[in-house]
Amino acid sequence: MSTEIQYRKITNDGLWHNNVALVQILGLCPLLAVTSTVINGLGLGIATLLTVVLSNVIVSTIRHHVKPEVRIPVFVLIIASVVTAIELAMSAYFYELFKVLGIFIPLIVTNCAILGRAEAFASKNSVKASLVDGLSMGIGFALVLVVLGALREALGMGTLFANAQLMFGELGHAMTITLIDEYRGFLLAILPPGAFIGLGLLIAVKNAMDEKRSCKGVKVPISAR
Amino acid sequence: MKSVSKSIIRSALLLSLFAITGTALVAVTYDNTYQRIADNERDYLLRNLHQLVPPALHDNDMYIDAIQIVLPERFGAKAPLTVYRARKDGEPVAAIMTTVAPDGYSGNIKLLVAVYFDGTLAGVRVVNHRETPGLGDAIEVERSDWIRGFDGRSLGNPGISGWRVKKDGGEFDQFTGATITPRAVVKSVYQSLQYFNTHRELLFRPNIAAVAGTPASVDDDSDDSEHHND
Repeated sequence: MSTEIQYRKITNDGLWHNNVALVQILGLCPLLAVTSTVINGLGLGIATLLTVVLSNVIVSTIRHHVKPEVRIPVFVLIIASVVTAIELAMSAYFYELFKVLGIFIPLIVTNCAILGRAEAFASKNSVKASLVDGLSMGIGFALVLVVLGALREALGMGTLFANAQLMFGELGHAMTITLIDEYRGFLLAILPPGAFIGLGLLIAVKNAMDEKRSCKGVKVPISAR
Repeated sequence: MKSVSKSIIRSALLLSLFAITGTALVAVTYDNTYQRIADNERDYLLRNLHQLVPPALHDNDMYIDAIQIVLPERFGAKAPLTVYRARKDGEPVAAIMTTVAPDGYSGNIKLLVAVYFDGTLAGVRVVNHRETPGLGDAIEVERSDWIRGFDGRSLGNPGISGWRVKKDGGEFDQFTGATITPRAVVKSVYQSLQYFNTHRELLFRPNIAAVAGTPASVDDDSDDSEHHND
């Protein structure tokens, strides 16, 4: 029973209370750079999710054998190897998406959220808990990427899931939703300032929701975004 | 003292062990994917080339029938450019040059410029650019038909004064809010055509590994002796 509660806490932390992007504010470089469309966000989100899960599991498995003095280089080595393997696999199976995401796939190595999870969680907890932590942290990060991508794409280009064929093949052409026909586009949303403003808005919305929830007595229905 | 060095050695061994394991992981992944990645690169390139010169027009393998050219500095390209050649029954059909327009609004615009053997343009496509989204990116064929305006053009069509954007007195449209981008593309395409016309025989010569041109002598063919035959 108590372990179940513990896993629920890990999941909630990763998805919401300690969200990598919204609360820890880590990994902002890729977050801000690639989220101009939903598909870009999803692509980088999945790659980051895979990396954090694999690195968490490996770090947790070897946690008793690594001497504290060399643990950071060892973690970096593990993360770099995992990312390189994912990069190769991605260019083999999702070549066009890989071309779009470009440099940001190898740059996952420098996403401090991943080293952060290895150091703060995986090196101190069981393999199973680290797996759950990696999954929920990764999904939490990916969700923010997707929501921010959707926000910017809808505002900036008036579409959703544009270029979905990069990820889903021919099926993807049917997935693109045009929200507004003949939309002239809102340039700011696509440019880097749009990313900062969008992320700021998301953080504000999260904080507002948390505040409302913590108000005792007053039961306010919370619509999840 | 001894225990300190012992612990250093242990750490070093541990690190090398992880380095070896990590390298092994990458090596195994590479071994399992490199063929597929090479195929992807080839398919991607051929798909781009075939947008300009349809498969029906040639029967050679453009991926292999390619040469590297070192262009003079005024073309703005520092690295050697690749030229893919289309042939049918051994006769030259078209050359597709990978040129670079160095003076875009935000840096280089990489182009594919396809020229038929008679000097008319088969088409132009943008491979890579960092122009402003929503303004300069109308040079992409997915976003507007502007780039198709080059189809069928040649050095004499329009004449030299027509190879500019309309704002500069030429025949090519600029975009609302973006003149620099189309100006750079028009200039680069024109220069590519000039190069094609003066070096046509050279561009289609088989089995040339590298063609060197110097800024002083690029416009006459006397520098052919410098080109290295493979």
